Amino acid sequence: MNNSEWPLWEVFIRSKQGLDHKHVGSLHAADAAMAMQNARDVYTRRLEGVSIWVVESRHIHASNPDEAAEFFDPAADKVYRHPTFYDVPESIKHM
Amino acid sequence: METLAPDLSPEAQFQARIDADLRIEPKDWMPEAYRKTLIRQISQHAHSELVGMLPEGNWITRAPSLKRKAILLAKVQDEAGHGLYLYSAAETLGTSRDQMLADLHSGKAKYSSIFNYPTLSWADMGCVGWLVDGAAILNQVPLCRTSYGPYARAMVRVCKEESFHQRQGFEIMQTLCEGAPVQKEMAQEALNRWWWPTLMMFGPKDADSPNTEQSMKWRIKRFTNDELRQKFVDMMVPQAEFLGLKVPDEKVRWNEERQAYDFGEVDWEEFWNVVKGNGLCNHERLQARVQAHEEGAWVREAALAHAAKRKERAAVA
Repeated sequence: MNNSEWPLWEVFIRSKQGLDHKHVGSLHAADAAMAMQNARDVYTRRLEGVSIWVVESRHIHASNPDEAAEFFDPAADKVYRHPTFYDVPESIKHM
Repeated sequence: METLAPDLSPEAQFQARIDADLRIEPKDWMPEAYRKTLIRQISQHAHSELVGMLPEGNWITRAPSLKRKAILLAKVQDEAGHGLYLYSAAETLGTSRDQMLADLHSGKAKYSSIFNYPTLSWADMGCVGWLVDGAAILNQVPLCRTSYGPYARAMVRVCKEESFHQRQGFEIMQTLCEGAPVQKEMAQEALNRWWWPTLMMFGPKDADSPNTEQSMKWRIKRFTNDELRQKFVDMMVPQAEFLGLKVPDEKVRWNEERQAYDFGEVDWEEFWNVVKGNGLCNHERLQARVQAHEEGAWVREAALAHAAKRKERAAVA
């Protein structure tokens, strides 16, 4: 075995105009141009996309799942951020 | 990670999440045995997709029409794609692509034994699609809900594409069965050869499958081998009848009481023999894989060198 594995890339695809790019998976490629071509061949063989982003996986910083509870805690007790928190009289329309 | 029961041990919390049908994601805590079992299962599946290209690749140059050839090419390309989805999913568990391929090439890792049978006639392309991919679909559809997120997502993708494979296989069979008597005979011969090996694809009998219980508890397996085998027979016998073909098993009979087909016993000696490497094509398949890998080494190295050189030039400019 040698140490020459191609770098890992994450692939994001916009499935149609007007929608967000969404993560679909990853692949190996020597450079960005090859990653783009491989992404097309691996992830859009049936017209699944109109636009592709590829990002080398090592550039992605992810939140730590072990700290998720504390990390997302600030939003947990703020129910007043949701419209359903407020009582609107039944006779009031268009709100 | 969502905590369902903060007072419990990590193992118990993990199991509680699985019992609640929540997915496990790559960086979440997981028992070492879960990680190891998944790496083995997913890479084995990926290897099967990769090796599965070989028996069909055998017929690309000899497909009976341009249409059939284009379809077969697309199918083989899909198998490569399925292998890639699955290798990526396995890599999220901390193994590397090089390691997995090395294990395949050294014979340490297994792949589905079905691909160690030869594809002797064009009707075999029909049987591979109709029967083999049909069996694969039964195995794979429940895995779309498996507990490990990246695996489940890869399986959703695979399953979407797999039904084209099965239908094209059935169409090949149907065309042969509606053709000249000699063509129908060819279809029957292919069915005779592929029926039993396909039943073996579901693995040993439940009583001889010691890992099933743990895998079901972890939801990386959702039906037992015997359950899936029964489902397959129930699905396929009427389809064979539609084609006017006969399944090569004298014991196949509808059981009114069970509302299922009774069927004969698989030749388990043959099964274990092929698993151990003594099938008709084990040697040939592995050799073809290793050869392709070794002969492609200079391309992989050159692509890296090219990328490094371009990066350097861009930095200087």
